[in-house]
Amino acid sequence: METEILKIAAKHLKPFLLILSLFVFYRGHNEPGGGFIGGLMAGMALVLYAGAFGVEEAKKLRLAKPLFFIGLGFGLALISSLLGLLVGQGGFMTAVWNQWQFAGFSLKLGSPLLFDLGVYFVVAGMLVKVIFSVMEEDV
Amino acid sequence: MMILFLPILIPLLTIILLLIVRKKLAYQHILSVLSVVAQLIVALSIFNKLGESTILVAQAGGWPAPFGISFLADYTATILLIAVALLALPIVIYSIGFIDKVRQQGGLFVLYQGLILGVNGAFLTADIFNLYVWFEVMLISSFVLITLGAAKQQLRGSVKYLVMNLLGSSLFVAAIGLTYSQLGTLNMADIADKIMKQGSTPLLNSAIMLFFIAFGIKAAVFPFFFWLPASYPTPPIAITAFFGATLTKVGVYVMLRFYSLFANMDEAFWQPIIFIVAGLTMLFGVLMAASSYDIRKILSFHIISQIGYMLMGIGLFSLIGLAGALFFIVHNMFSKTAAFMAAGLIKRFKGSYDLNMLGGLYKSKPILAFLFLIPALSLAGIPPTSGFFGKLFLVMGGFQSGEWLITIVAIVVSILTLFSMIKIWNEAVWKPAEEKAVEPSNQKLNPLIIAASFAMTVFTLFLGLTVFWTFDSFTEAAAQLLNPQLYIDAVLNNNRPALN
Repeated sequence: METEILKIAAKHLKPFLLILSLFVFYRGHNEPGGGFIGGLMAGMALVLYAGAFGVEEAKKLRLAKPLFFIGLGFGLALISSLLGLLVGQGGFMTAVWNQWQFAGFSLKLGSPLLFDLGVYFVVAGMLVKVIFSVMEEDV
Repeated sequence: MMILFLPILIPLLTIILLLIVRKKLAYQHILSVLSVVAQLIVALSIFNKLGESTILVAQAGGWPAPFGISFLADYTATILLIAVALLALPIVIYSIGFIDKVRQQGGLFVLYQGLILGVNGAFLTADIFNLYVWFEVMLISSFVLITLGAAKQQLRGSVKYLVMNLLGSSLFVAAIGLTYSQLGTLNMADIADKIMKQGSTPLLNSAIMLFFIAFGIKAAVFPFFFWLPASYPTPPIAITAFFGATLTKVGVYVMLRFYSLFANMDEAFWQPIIFIVAGLTMLFGVLMAASSYDIRKILSFHIISQIGYMLMGIGLFSLIGLAGALFFIVHNMFSKTAAFMAAGLIKRFKGSYDLNMLGGLYKSKPILAFLFLIPALSLAGIPPTSGFFGKLFLVMGGFQSGEWLITIVAIVVSILTLFSMIKIWNEAVWKPAEEKAVEPSNQKLNPLIIAASFAMTVFTLFLGLTVFWTFDSFTEAAAQLLNPQLYIDAVLNNNRPALN
């Protein structure tokens, strides 16, 4: 299906969706949101683009293959779960927190965020992988 | 107690590494084998530790017991961990030689590790929601494994598999929700503790019933078994072997655990149900096997029939009954895998799984006949194989508890199993080669396949021959299951963070 409206919408929505996905991902730190929803949004940005321009065009936009992101996500999750052991203040899957101060901002970051980032990548990668496989099928 | 997390971390790490070296099959093979060996070592060292303090407990994230997720290894869980690691090694090696390159590149080994991850997690967890997650990990991996390669019959089988298992999962979640609404906890030890102290409510009983239906679907017991013969024979046989050895057995393991923790105080209600289901499962499985003529189908139906024996052990809930059931689970994992592997070899040499097309194996490939003979005798329960001892303990337990009916059913089913095995033996091995049979393929057979099949056969034989040395551990496991208070105390009193 080729429609100009969808094409233009997809083109301009893509960066917004990606930024929004990052926002939702960070918001999930303390409020509703998180890696799962953020990852879905990021994946949807690409899927929407593929819907408008075709899978081949969308594939050019990918930074790496979806399986790479899935692996990366698992890796980040694993690292975050082991951080507690390495830092030595807790056991497996214990959260590690750190506070950063710069220019008046105070940023409290912890290993749960890293875990969530892993979820973000796994979900986004999985979504793109699955939907692209299905979209390619009927061509 | 970090070691309790290793059976989960090792497969996870392997998945990541396998995704990195996705293109290079040689690395994938080496990594998969190394990972399985590492898991075997970990499982054995957990077993070694059990001697000192009877039950090992670890709290994920250092959260104290009823609030966080607890992991627990007692003899039952550890024996099964060892068994899975032990049989995963030959299966991985067998798959390297048996399964085509396309499927291997499609992520076969990643999915194997995913399946092992789910199985190990389900053995170790002491939290029902976490258990659900492990079931889903297993379901996802196994579903992709069934459809991997996307042959037409695979897709047809996978639909039944997926629908039935999703139904099971949704019942499982519903049961978790009911339990939480009644008791306000998801920790298995805490639930058992509360049931013992406060008694059961009708709603809680329905939750437990839902649990058993959900696990019954996963374990393929009567009347929920029909997805298994529809889906198991469809993927390449190495995958079927892995499924037969892990998926249904986890279902049985969880039933065993839940029966020990949540249901055994209501024995008057549960025992007859378990026995009826066990007897019908045995009978239906074996009768359908008797009427099939495809080796894979026959073996798949026997999986069902043998689940019945395990259930019988759970129903007996006596020392020898439980130890026998556990021994039977391990025996079945090994023998069934060995039998499937031998069937795969038969297919390689003779080009078919259909008994009508086979024959003359004894004449042309006597070694192959031997590779099939050992697991077949073991499945039928001929001494001195492991199957004989497994059934012996169960029958002894049955007579000891005075459960005549179920015990007689077990013996009759055992004879029918022998009939099935003789049928395969006669048709595939003994009778002269069929004229219409496919010409034996002369393609070079990968020595890895034969080595793996041989190793599995040796394991099967070994399990039977060493029974008098190993049986103590099984009795130990049964004793722990008989006394759920041990489980409860181990989890709830171990409130220290994992650090100390």
